[in-house]
Amino acid sequence: MKTAIVKIPGTSRIEKVEVQGEEFIYNGSSYFTNQLILEAPISGTVYGTELNFRGELEQLGDSLYKPPYKKPPAAPVLYIKPANTISGHGMLIPLPEGAEELQAGAALGIVIGKKAVRLKEEEALEYVAGYTVVNDVSIPYSSVYRPAIMQKCRDGFCPAGPWITIREDVKNPDALSIRVFVNGVLQQETTTANLIRPVSKLIADVTEFMTLDEGDILLAGVPENPPRMKEGDIVKISIESVGSLQNRVAKEEEWMVQL
Amino acid sequence: MKRARVAYAGAVHEAVETNGQVKLDDGRLVQENEVVWLPPVNPRTVFALGLNYADHAKELDFQAPAEPLVFLKGPNAFVGHRGQSRRPAGVEYMHYECELAVVIGKKARHVKREEAYQYVKGYTIANDYAIRDYLENYFRPNLRVKNRDGCTPIGPWLTDAADIADPMNLALRTFVNGKLTQEGNTRDMVFGIRDLIEYLSRFMTLEENDIILTGTPEGLSDTAAEDIVVTEIEGIGRLENTVVSDEVFGIQEVKKEESHASHRGRIHEEH
Repeated sequence: MKTAIVKIPGTSRIEKVEVQGEEFIYNGSSYFTNQLILEAPISGTVYGTELNFRGELEQLGDSLYKPPYKKPPAAPVLYIKPANTISGHGMLIPLPEGAEELQAGAALGIVIGKKAVRLKEEEALEYVAGYTVVNDVSIPYSSVYRPAIMQKCRDGFCPAGPWITIREDVKNPDALSIRVFVNGVLQQETTTANLIRPVSKLIADVTEFMTLDEGDILLAGVPENPPRMKEGDIVKISIESVGSLQNRVAKEEEWMVQL
Repeated sequence: MKRARVAYAGAVHEAVETNGQVKLDDGRLVQENEVVWLPPVNPRTVFALGLNYADHAKELDFQAPAEPLVFLKGPNAFVGHRGQSRRPAGVEYMHYECELAVVIGKKARHVKREEAYQYVKGYTIANDYAIRDYLENYFRPNLRVKNRDGCTPIGPWLTDAADIADPMNLALRTFVNGKLTQEGNTRDMVFGIRDLIEYLSRFMTLEENDIILTGTPEGLSDTAAEDIVVTEIEGIGRLENTVVSDEVFGIQEVKKEESHASHRGRIHEEH
């Protein structure tokens, strides 16, 4: 059994529950998350990290040394998933008109537990409340030269959940397997051992110049070759010890009705 | 009307401007130098524009963009009027950017250009500092340049939209230690306020109190610790800020980096 924090839909209640696999116990009853819609268990600012998986950088290869990049990044490459993007487990991901497919960004969400300013690597994990699963959805894009606002900041493009697994129940955040299934078929498999900046180093490097507040989320990164999703696809991201986040892609009109 | 959020005598208040004084929500009239100024709205989703003045783009030897160059900022970046912004030791080039800040008044999705002003609550001033030493060619301008703690002063007042006849014709000025260093006019924006609201609301929902920082005109220059920087916009007010050194923040350790060398000379090339 692990302890997790769940936001009960239709209320502002945040509950501590016992979880096992894809099931949690609340008020003495057991619930399977694959039958539930849950609110995103997060409320702060979501900061994403680009190019933090070794495979991503390797794919850029020589282009790292050519224009427009010219040299490999020296500091974390960050972006923001704004409030309008946040969505929950079981909710629909809107496929914008004109877009054929989306890419699923399987990210470990590091939930900050207390104000984190200029932390040292050794102390960074003490500032983590827990971990959640985030699908950093994007319209496929190739360049990381300019912020991909139109591709990454759309309404509903940041499902998170189903819960926050508390830090104590995740032994080593830098050795968690990540699996992405589209319609039940395994499309991507990697591990957070492939992070260029492991969790504590990432927190230290980010808080060197910007404070993370209680409730803020830092995404550890999105693995290379993100799986593509089409209308109707059911996407499930499973992160070992943390949880499984599932959403279906739907036309914008259907997504609007859900709201 | 001009509105603000201030701290006075240990409490946080909503306030309005009355004959040059600050009228607190409990009716008290106090002097503007007696209060601690907070950002006039609580920032949540904040957009900022890069290269949105043709002259500034030219100054950087860069073609004005065909599509708005938008990036986002987090709440950590903001500090109120008379606040301090840290200049880390060893940096070569930290410059101010006087910007008109547009505050959204209500939920906006798929807003047409012609209707865009109906979605504006008001205007304030931002000074969107950048530390150019940290500019890397990834998602630029990246957060290390543009989302540093306290490096975006905003305020002092939120001026109601109704009080600004034409927000696209306002003079902007920056003074460093009293000396005029930057001067421009909002009419020279590449993408105007209505264009930006139409563009953003086409693919995302804007909410009340979201903020759009509309970019800066030419006239940037380096600032040093202890410089007092005033960014001013016609009809909206004067926003004052002090650049301070690491010592003020109790920071002794300085991270040395290879990229520090002579950035000032390379700005044109790098952009």
